[in-house]
Amino acid sequence: MYEILTGPGLWLAFAIAVIGLVVRTVFYIQGLNWKLDRVAYTAFPAAGAKGAIRSILAFLVPFGNHSWRAKPGFTVMFFTFHIGLLAVPLFLEGHAVILMERFGIAWPSMSMGAADFWTVAMLVAALGIAMRRLLLPEVRIVTDAKDWFVLIISVAPFLSGYMVVHQIGDYNFWLLAHIVSGLAWIALLPFTKLFHVVGFFWSRAQLGMDYGIKRGGMKYKSFDW
Amino acid sequence: MPEGKLCNRKPINTEEYLQQVLSDTGGKQYYKEMEELDVDVEKLQASLKATLKSRLKTWLDMCAHCGLCADACFLYEVNDRDPKQVPAYKIQSTLGEIVKKNGNVTNEFLRHCMDVAWSQCTCCNRCGHYCPHGIDMGVMFGYLRGLLYSQGFVPWELKIGSGMHRVYRAQMNVTTEDWVETCDWMAEESEEEWPGLTIPIDVEDADIMYTLNAREAKHYPEDIAEAAILFHLTGENWTVPSEGWEQTSLSMFAGDWEACTMQVKTVYDAIERLRPKRVVGTECGHAHRASAIEGPYWVGRPDGLPPRPYIHYVEWVAEVLRTGRLKIDPAKKLKKPVTLQDSCNYVRNHGLADITREIMSYIVEPEYFHEMSPNREHNYCCGGGGGFNGVGKYRPQRNVALIKKRDQILATGAELVIAPCHNCWDAIRDLEEEFEIGIKWSFLKPLLIEMAIVPDHLKPAEDAE
Ligand code: SF4
Ligand code: SF4
Ligand code: SF4
Repeated sequence: MYEILTGPGLWLAFAIAVIGLVVRTVFYIQGLNWKLDRVAYTAFPAAGAKGAIRSILAFLVPFGNHSWRAKPGFTVMFFTFHIGLLAVPLFLEGHAVILMERFGIAWPSMSMGAADFWTVAMLVAALGIAMRRLLLPEVRIVTDAKDWFVLIISVAPFLSGYMVVHQIGDYNFWLLAHIVSGLAWIALLPFTKLFHVVGFFWSRAQLGMDYGIKRGGMKYKSFDW
Repeated sequence: MPEGKLCNRKPINTEEYLQQVLSDTGGKQYYKEMEELDVDVEKLQASLKATLKSRLKTWLDMCAHCGLCADACFLYEVNDRDPKQVPAYKIQSTLGEIVKKNGNVTNEFLRHCMDVAWSQCTCCNRCGHYCPHGIDMGVMFGYLRGLLYSQGFVPWELKIGSGMHRVYRAQMNVTTEDWVETCDWMAEESEEEWPGLTIPIDVEDADIMYTLNAREAKHYPEDIAEAAILFHLTGENWTVPSEGWEQTSLSMFAGDWEACTMQVKTVYDAIERLRPKRVVGTECGHAHRASAIEGPYWVGRPDGLPPRPYIHYVEWVAEVLRTGRLKIDPAKKLKKPVTLQDSCNYVRNHGLADITREIMSYIVEPEYFHEMSPNREHNYCCGGGGGFNGVGKYRPQRNVALIKKRDQILATGAELVIAPCHNCWDAIRDLEEEFEIGIKWSFLKPLLIEMAIVPDHLKPAEDAE
């Protein structure tokens, strides 16, 4: 079971994710329409690229824009959550071992202490994000079941992974839960709001090009995000 | 499939129909008929299929429901942080529902959408800057307005407004004859004080073609005289077209894209006909948006640029001040607290923040210029943008919307608000009327004429030394 899930299962999940994300990206780009969107995307490649990159960087860097600076608490939660979410699974020793055993790939890993720290930090941030959804009226009104689903499916591999690593409770149960939820998370990337792992970049690039090309970027100073 | 006589899916294309809708004071019958107007679901589905492409779909789909856009919206703030005013909620509960139900929506729902689209969003685009995914609700509301317009669910004044553009190619019933006469009249009026001043009509190959807002022609002809005086003072080789002079677009507020195209085409035709080096537009925000920023796309120019460089009045003013062609009398520089309204349409949406501040440095003594907070690209809408000012049905909501600007102005301690935008100017006038905070407001033109040093050779004979 374990072998199948972490062997072919892993391949399958990755294949679904990669193909799905690529297909959606192709559709996204194909669906951009200079006339309907009223942005001359291809007429000014340099201005467009500059606008796109600035727009992405402004939101990739903590406190890199007015919005992050206006909400420092949320910004800290947001970045802790996302850094933990990406860094722990990518650089966990346990995962590097699987990559070595199954596929013969040598992969760098972080120390156990660091992984523990980021896991707990990520879970605390997730709790903060959940509290926000429940407590702030302006967030509650837009929150729906899908938002909860995405949050839960993202947290599940971390909670279960923590249980496994620290051998709390039934090891086999938590290991299975960890692998299944982890694979589900990967396979669901293209089909849920998790699409934003790539969609964030496309969407930000689009608005950045809009400002870079049409809304002033070529005339005067670049937009102050 | 009942449609009303006044309220229906047909655009106003004839003078007769326009008159009928106009004579229905306040749109009483119009709105009554709207309650019975059927939704043409097939047409709505066809529009969605043809125009809802990946950008909008992704925006609707990917919204993280994080609420970061809430504080960005001045309407959320002035309405006691009502969650129903959160930009993401406003668009998800209207356009989002239409898309989810693939157009299977009721009359009642579309009337609700109309209320939201025209009284809960001014399309100021501010929220887009606060959204991590770069979701611009202003753009989406513009799109929603287009859908609603095509179904006949549009505020009475804006149905008329876009009808005016269709019938007269101007937002008001100003004909070519009226316009030419107004120019001649204003030239005559000004000639005595400004010998040699003319308003040259249809001159080919001029350096500047000037375009304006039909309100000026209809209600504020002195604005045209002022523009002429400033061109005269700076020795510009300029002209106005007899046709294609109207730069505004109420049809843009209405979401009537066909009328937008018709209107801006007349302007571009004038450019092609007269071949000016460049075009200067009047002190209007949405007119600049319509003819210099969005217009090229409406008429299908793939480079997104107008046929000739098309600049806003503030850009021209900054240039003549910078080059010394217009000299300000240092003694007349403003020495009272002054603030500046950043119009969303050309500041947030065309990057002209530095230009207007450059102008301030010439006409206001530095210690008297007080910035609003926030300002520049991040300034709040005046409160009356996107057609909000002009819709009687939403006057109470509009008056609440003015509170943000009122408080911003009060915090600066300014006595004078410089507002180089017709809509902002109106909103600030209305907020003074509504709240009586004791401020004055002005366009740039009258201030500049007041302060300019007039070279001897331009003075009337008896004045010249
Ligand atoms: S575009 Fe402006 S008015 Fe409309 S929702 Fe966004 S911030 Fe509010
Ligand atoms: S800030 Fe953007 S992602 Fe967040 S709720 Fe608003 S529109 Fe949605
Ligand atoms: S009227 Fe002026 S401030 Fe208000 S939306 Fe239009 S440009 Fe912006």
